[in-house]
Amino acid sequence: MTFLPKPKLHHPKLPTNTVGLTRRDYEGAISTLCAGCGHDSISAAIIQACFNLAIPPHRIAKLSGIGCSSKTPTYFLGAAHGFNSVHGRMPSVLTGAYLANRDLIYLGVSGDGDSASIGFGQFAHSMRRGVNMTYIVENNGVYGLTKGQFSATSDKGSVAKKGAVNADQPIDLAAIAVQLGATFVARSFSGDKEQLVPLIEAALTHQGAAFIDVLSPCVAFNNHAGSTKSYDFIREHNDALNKLDIMVNRDAITVSYAPGEVTDVMQHDGSVLRLRKLHEGHDPTDRASAMHHIMERKAAGEIVTGLIYVDPEPTALHESLGTVAAPLNALGDSELCPGVDALAKVNASLR
Amino acid sequence: MKPTDITNPDYFHKVVDCQWACPAHTPVPEYIRMIAAGRYAEAYMVNWQSNVFPGILGRTCDRPCEPACRRGRVEEEPVAICRLKRVAADNKGDVSHRMPVIPETRNGKRIACIGAGPASLTVARDLAPLGYEVHVFDGAAKAGGFIRQQIPRFRLPEEVIDEECGYILDRGGVVSHMNRRVDSLKGLLAEGYDAVFVGSGAPRGRELDVPGRAEASANIHLGIDWLASVSFGHVTSIGKRVIVLGGGNTAMDCCRSARRLGGDEVKVVVRSGFEEMKASPWEKVDAINEGIPILNFLVPKEVLHDNGRLTGMVFEKVAAQYDEKGRRALKPTGEPDVIIECDDVLVAIGQENSFPWIERDAGIEFDRWGLPVLDEASFQSTLPNVFFGGDAAFGPKNIIWAVAHGHDAALSIDLFCNGKDVKDRPSPETRIASQKMGIHEWAYDSEVSLDLRFKVPHLPTETSLRDITAEVELGFDRQMAYAETQRCLNCDVQTVFNAKTCIECDACVDICPTDCITFTENGEEEELRTRLKAPAVNTYQDLYVQDGLKTGRVMVKDEDVCLHCGLCAERCPTGAWDMQKFLLETAKPKAHACHSR
Repeated sequence: MTFLPKPKLHHPKLPTNTVGLTRRDYEGAISTLCAGCGHDSISAAIIQACFNLAIPPHRIAKLSGIGCSSKTPTYFLGAAHGFNSVHGRMPSVLTGAYLANRDLIYLGVSGDGDSASIGFGQFAHSMRRGVNMTYIVENNGVYGLTKGQFSATSDKGSVAKKGAVNADQPIDLAAIAVQLGATFVARSFSGDKEQLVPLIEAALTHQGAAFIDVLSPCVAFNNHAGSTKSYDFIREHNDALNKLDIMVNRDAITVSYAPGEVTDVMQHDGSVLRLRKLHEGHDPTDRASAMHHIMERKAAGEIVTGLIYVDPEPTALHESLGTVAAPLNALGDSELCPGVDALAKVNASLR
Repeated sequence: MKPTDITNPDYFHKVVDCQWACPAHTPVPEYIRMIAAGRYAEAYMVNWQSNVFPGILGRTCDRPCEPACRRGRVEEEPVAICRLKRVAADNKGDVSHRMPVIPETRNGKRIACIGAGPASLTVARDLAPLGYEVHVFDGAAKAGGFIRQQIPRFRLPEEVIDEECGYILDRGGVVSHMNRRVDSLKGLLAEGYDAVFVGSGAPRGRELDVPGRAEASANIHLGIDWLASVSFGHVTSIGKRVIVLGGGNTAMDCCRSARRLGGDEVKVVVRSGFEEMKASPWEKVDAINEGIPILNFLVPKEVLHDNGRLTGMVFEKVAAQYDEKGRRALKPTGEPDVIIECDDVLVAIGQENSFPWIERDAGIEFDRWGLPVLDEASFQSTLPNVFFGGDAAFGPKNIIWAVAHGHDAALSIDLFCNGKDVKDRPSPETRIASQKMGIHEWAYDSEVSLDLRFKVPHLPTETSLRDITAEVELGFDRQMAYAETQRCLNCDVQTVFNAKTCIECDACVDICPTDCITFTENGEEEELRTRLKAPAVNTYQDLYVQDGLKTGRVMVKDEDVCLHCGLCAERCPTGAWDMQKFLLETAKPKAHACHSR
């Protein structure tokens, strides 16, 4: 951390996006996390993705739970709506906000403790319900705020800073998200923004439950030899399935590829996910193929990253509930409280 | 690209844009920090060591440092470096005890300096503490040369000149021979000096050569001679309507002086356009603010006179035109000539060198422009014991260049008198030290002020125009000076990168406010510049490249707009980045190799 705010002076050639903002306009307060924390790189990637998509910051709601990861929404999108909820309860608060106002873009930020331990149930149900959101887990495999105990995502055999060996099986949140019906599942690494930024962009444009598991080394407690979530270990074992380019609003396609090398996935909002295949046999639109690849590469000791699974035609919670299209705050008294006759009708329909 | 060699003193020196641009390489950020700390005397001495005339230069310097200042590239205007220098001089108190001791015992060598201007005085300042006996000759009654004779008092009070010349001439080791114009080099050489330094300036004003010049000569004056007469009080008035010819700083001094001596309608007439004028931008602004119009693209054609009395001048209108090779030429537009009526004309269209006192058979070669043939680094002429400097060396420049020449010539003279090769120049002295004091604490003030440049207060025009000796610029007070010092980015506190300890976590890349840092695959410089986090378009500024990272990538830092805020080092978990203060002092003559000042 630093005691000084980041100087407002910026590069004289700093570009602006289509809503007239610079990347610096998407920043938040200066981070108070440890120097070198992977989470800060994820914040920078979120800033870059929102700038690239030219999303007006006030159209985003960022929600988080408790933990190092959940502190980070303070450090990006200072002009967005924010809610720092109870430990592990971000998914239900986010679901509530989404039900009340579907016009906002929801960004949930959580950690491995917040999502794989105390909030595991909440995480699971928000996935299977299809809440239209981007759910990012900043996954470092340890409880950083309480001095580095193993978390539930820590690999079996991983060695702690003081030498203890983890005996428990890890929870693979990405695999579980695929299994629970999330319609966009990816994994990435905080130290690889070239991969991470397009994934966040794709997730933000995805109209369903989008989950990204981001490996984010804890420099203070989990970046030593023997750790399976250190910068070095992840760099050595990173096995990317594909390389993603996202094209919003049919941008000109400038790069050409040999046939068979690329898969274009058109999302519901018209954006195109162009995937350059790096792995034979992986079909990112096939849930079974996704599960297979996660398991197979894990058995080989590798960490699968990239876009693991996407359903181009997702169903979100509002559609399955048949709720009103307008945000609740835009409805008038007569619509919100339609009177005794309307209540009688509802009651009658349930008899 | 090859990894940057930061052990080459030029690399970090060039990052300190102001110091690099200063001909005398004054360590600007170092003295600005001292001013911020209220250590005015120390700030003065840092200046004095490098540029010899802090009080004079703090008012009159051409300020090559300011256009170079990094602040001007990240914000609107550079730090007011020159004005801060004056603050150090104004507030320093007594500094005599800080001056180097002039030894009682002389080293037996006698040096003659011709002219008592800034170049000669610098030579004397550098050599006297080493035991040399320096004899300074000048035709004028008081030392200072151009500084005393041509710079008007409303820009530079005489006390300041007296004081700073006094630090050199009145502390022993230097013998002044004022009112003694040297009229024969051979004669002087015959007096047996070990070396002679020629710092006689460019004393001749360029003449106007148009019809009518001779007939109306009673009211046509050469600018530098007229300014000298004003300085000495020989001239106290001028006609109501004055034309000043020329677009340099001398023209600005002429027009502003004329305005104070009775010129109600003073006009500056310049051949070229406003932008191409040689005068410093602030001097043009000062002239305009005193109600002096500057008329551009007018070439003098004829002087009008009536029975020997000047009545006006005729000018031809021209425009800048470019030929197919892009060369610029001023071509007549064909519009009717412009007639400007006037009572006096001041000619400030340039200065020339003149060495009538150097016999052509004295052994000194001159080139076809009438300038001495010199070795560019040592300032040695074709006569080995004669050295040149200041305007006498390479033609008219300014005070700070004269000082820089003086230092180099003094070094040469010291080498020469010790029987060493003057071409074998010693390296500059450099020091580099980490500024880290704690996790977030630095030995320098790393916070970046967002203030815009402060304007120096001026005397109201109605007061200043009434008195030619009233100094127009009042200088910053201590409070304003402090605020201005905070605008300095501390460019001498260098970002030093150690690839061995870097874990490539991107923390520095993410925090950098000006997107200077990129980790990427190496490439040729031209191509590499295009794929950095922010394109590095300013090719004058270096890229700092380091290899040896685990991923095989390189760290590339574009030095161009780095704020030296230290956030990269604060956010670095492994100390791979460090902020280190780099001090450089150009080589000066030293008494002994092991002697410390």
